[in-house]
Amino acid sequence: MSLSGSTVAPREFPTNRGGLCQKGWTAGSLLNMAGRLTSPLVRRDGQLVPVSWDDALDLVAGRIADLQARHGRDGIAVFGGGGLTNEKAYLLGKFARVALRTSQVDYNGRFCMSSAAAAGMRAFGVDRGLPFPVTDLDGADVVLLAGANPAETMPPFVGHLSGADLIVVDPRRTATAERAALHLAPRPGTDLALALGILHAVVADGLLRGDYVAERTSGFDAAWRIAAAWWPEQVERVTGVAASDQRRAASMLAGAGNAYVLTARGSEQHARGTDTVNAWINLALALGLPGRLGSGFGCLTGQGNGQGGREHGQKADQLPGYRKITDPAARAHVAGVWGVPADSLPGPGRSAYELLDALGTAGGPHGLLVFGSNLRVSAPRVAERLSDVELLVVADFVLSETAARADVVFPVTQWAEEGGTMTNLEGRILLRQQAVDPPEGVRSDLELLRGLAVRLGQPEDRFPVEPEVAFEELRRASAGGIADYSGVSYARLSAGEALHWPVPGVDHPGTPRLFLDGFGHPDGRARFVPVEHGGPAEPVDAEYPLYATTGRVLQHYQSGAQTRRVPELLEAVPEAFVEVHPDTAIEAGLADDDWCLVESRRGAVRARVRIVASMRTDTVFLPFHFPGDQRANLITNPALDPISRMPEFKVCAVRLVRG
Amino acid sequence: MKAVVVGYGMAGARFAEQVRAYDSDVELTVLGAEPHYAYNRVLLSTVLAGGLTVDSVGLHDEYWAEKNQVEQRIDTAVVGIDRAAKVVRLADESVVDYDVLVLATGSRARMPLIGDDVTAFRSLDDCARIVARVRAGTPVVVLGGGVLGLEAARGLAGRGCRVTVVHPKARLMERQLDAGSGEVLRRSMQRLGVEIRLGVSVEKHVPGRGVELSDGSAVPAELVVVSAGVRAEDRLAAAAGLATDNGILVDDRLRTDDPDIYAIGDCVKGSGGLVQPAWEQAAVVAALVTGADPRARYTGTPMVLRLKARDVDLAALGEVHTTVDDDDAEVVQVHDPTRGRYAKLVLRADRVVGAILLGVPDAAASIIQLYDSGALAPSDRLALLLGRALPGAPTAASPGDLPASAILCRCNTVSKGTLVAAWRDGATDLTGLVNATRATTGCGGCKGAVADIVAWLDAAEPASPPAAARCA
Repeated sequence: MSLSGSTVAPREFPTNRGGLCQKGWTAGSLLNMAGRLTSPLVRRDGQLVPVSWDDALDLVAGRIADLQARHGRDGIAVFGGGGLTNEKAYLLGKFARVALRTSQVDYNGRFCMSSAAAAGMRAFGVDRGLPFPVTDLDGADVVLLAGANPAETMPPFVGHLSGADLIVVDPRRTATAERAALHLAPRPGTDLALALGILHAVVADGLLRGDYVAERTSGFDAAWRIAAAWWPEQVERVTGVAASDQRRAASMLAGAGNAYVLTARGSEQHARGTDTVNAWINLALALGLPGRLGSGFGCLTGQGNGQGGREHGQKADQLPGYRKITDPAARAHVAGVWGVPADSLPGPGRSAYELLDALGTAGGPHGLLVFGSNLRVSAPRVAERLSDVELLVVADFVLSETAARADVVFPVTQWAEEGGTMTNLEGRILLRQQAVDPPEGVRSDLELLRGLAVRLGQPEDRFPVEPEVAFEELRRASAGGIADYSGVSYARLSAGEALHWPVPGVDHPGTPRLFLDGFGHPDGRARFVPVEHGGPAEPVDAEYPLYATTGRVLQHYQSGAQTRRVPELLEAVPEAFVEVHPDTAIEAGLADDDWCLVESRRGAVRARVRIVASMRTDTVFLPFHFPGDQRANLITNPALDPISRMPEFKVCAVRLVRG
Repeated sequence: MKAVVVGYGMAGARFAEQVRAYDSDVELTVLGAEPHYAYNRVLLSTVLAGGLTVDSVGLHDEYWAEKNQVEQRIDTAVVGIDRAAKVVRLADESVVDYDVLVLATGSRARMPLIGDDVTAFRSLDDCARIVARVRAGTPVVVLGGGVLGLEAARGLAGRGCRVTVVHPKARLMERQLDAGSGEVLRRSMQRLGVEIRLGVSVEKHVPGRGVELSDGSAVPAELVVVSAGVRAEDRLAAAAGLATDNGILVDDRLRTDDPDIYAIGDCVKGSGGLVQPAWEQAAVVAALVTGADPRARYTGTPMVLRLKARDVDLAALGEVHTTVDDDDAEVVQVHDPTRGRYAKLVLRADRVVGAILLGVPDAAASIIQLYDSGALAPSDRLALLLGRALPGAPTAASPGDLPASAILCRCNTVSKGTLVAAWRDGATDLTGLVNATRATTGCGGCKGAVADIVAWLDAAEPASPPAAARCA
């Protein structure tokens, strides 16, 4: 989009085809909204009071030095976000490893993309949301969407699917499901079984692409041995999806000239989310889709820079270029670019949930720096932990629920007030130009990082404040990595080049389609991963007889810290609601519009009842954008995926109580 | 501790897997009579239908035993149990000692007929034999119109065989179906090319020619597949002096009257030949034997039968024979033989206690879940019973009939009322409405609906010419 004043105008672009939803149209009003932070704030006598940048920086640097003196280097932690530009994500990781030398750095993408990322690495050896340009979807005949609701979360994207018959996997009849040729509504937490059932149907109905499986993959036999025990009627009993519908999904996909399987958070945010994504990938591989022109597997990215944010080192186990922090060669390369000894870099740290859970505990961090994340709303069971830390520093442009409880708040720039690159869901690097000047008193995150780093004894030029300078360094740091940006430059992007990573040289045209010749593993083959269904971590019982699942509404984004400040959006959806089947509501003594409490073993959420006839009688739905006693994460289950460390946001056992 | 499993079918294999899943150091020996590693018997009808090959139904491969530290012997018949010495005796006269013995000996086919062209349909070898003998056009008689017989018949018909099912009872699957559904099923099978002969039995088998039936007629057959029911394989247990009665008797821990001997699966009295109970029993015994959950008990499995036959979607569960005359039950029933549909739902105290669902696949899926969970059934029983077959709510005939609050453009939360208000404010064409309200500027999916509104408003409230034009 382009911007004049604070008025947004759409621009023709492949991802959105010139379309904007209400969030895009109203994004301009964030630029001059009431409540914009314009001065650093420091807590004095319980109140946040304005202070100068120098005073705030001096204070924070001093507190960090003190904390590290008392608790060691890991006494301070850094928390980033998938909305930060590549330059910020990169320098945030560097700041943690070089200026703080803490291993305790992770980001909110752990709550978003980590299962898809881990599954992609296991299957393909590379994790890029879509390993093909989004416009390839325009030619699809059939698309299976597993736990994705783009009609509400990414409306303009849906235009790419308008020519395809959709198979939508979602316990709810969402706006996306309403467009589907086939809607499969599994009981929450059973997507993995459903994927096994469809795979079984593919094989038993003679639809397996044996030639492709033999030439381009490995591991089919072990995966099949598990899927063999999940024939469609068996899966039906567990998921509630008719056996005939599973077979129909198999035949629709197999019969299509061009077909795609796409996953999103609905399948991923589970204690077995990584396995679930691999189950969908197994299905795609059995059908011969990945790495074939016009077909494929992909996952839909959640945040603005959900792809780039997971590539450049703000993850606990990662260095820039999608490198592993445990790999000696990777450490040596990155340390070389940073001009520090490789052995000075810390090792892998705690992942997001565990990091937050360790705050203020013996052996855990006692201070936390938060960038681009509203943890009090978006992270499970974090409120207590945040109040236990000695130092909470938040960089944001509004006084989010998290910032409001901080010891120090830095007012930073927002989208149109700063330049920088983002990497979209298709792995394409986009340059966002600065369009307006930030208000007086506001600085960019890069300036904030330099201000702290210098006070912590770092040379100034190690923390550039110009995005392009930071990007030049990122190019060198990522060179030779999986996500290689070394051939990307602001000049090429400004000239309008469409560059999808890897771009290993300035003459390299980029890689719009990743797997046509081979997959990312050394032998070039994709891996079937043998995965078994295990069911939700918390099954329903007599006390908590309903499944609760969480998700988004069109009008809001993430914790709602931004969108709840846009009047048009707040007016459309002002408060938390819970979607309930009419019979379930009657059983609970609830009517439409009543306030109720949705209770789990961990807490209760206040929400207004919406009677929705298409809901499963055993399932209720809540959006997660609301604060205080309306925040969905009061009830969600923090059971973690053993590989991605993703909490089980998408299913927990609850009951409804009048309230 | 040393646990020995007699029987390496679906129950025995699952028990071994569960024991290892608990990561216990129990020494485990598995003894299988068939010359194969454990395989998935449920899939044999899919093999017969040609969907799977004989070698794709394995549960374990040749590496499984070593990887899981299991002593595994196949093609090994157990001939006796010496309970005093706590050993089992094998056909080669060797013995295997145990601390805990688990009997998973399964069932054996009833064979009212034997002969060269006659085969059971029970094991992987039976299955391979049948597949080797048939090709398109081969006349085959299937003896028995129960679940397995019908699955075999449907599979063979799918291969192009000329199949006749001979069933001595008055209707197919008489234990699981009532008269109405039995008749609809007969018609459905016949439509799929399977001849059904009810109420007759086989008098005589003439090898190479076929069978002669009790009503004097003859049916040609190159092969006779017998699927006339099974019997719990309890002979080993009975010979060892364990209590049996058409199956091994067990308590809720699945223990026989010898506390060191358990029994699971089809060899247990009252097992319905379904895999779900066998798997659940295997899990209970594994939890007990390993000590993972000493309080584990088997309390029964809701019986749900699903016929696995292409183009015939049949589920039968719980109380299938309850009729509308039963005063304590609520019975909802739809009988639609023309479309091959029959649906009966039995409820007590608003909960599903039984159903027969033929030709209504999505209803079957939700009703089975209600039956398993014991949750309250939705009050709209007919909608539940018909699933997607229920006609949807009529769509509004004209944009004029929509309520003002109806959201037309979801991407930008634009209601009909907003569009009408914008029209009245002077945005009296499509472009004007789009600019004023941003409708259609997201995914574009509402373009048609917004165009309809424009047409409707144009007719209902035509735009008056702009004031400037009038002055000029």
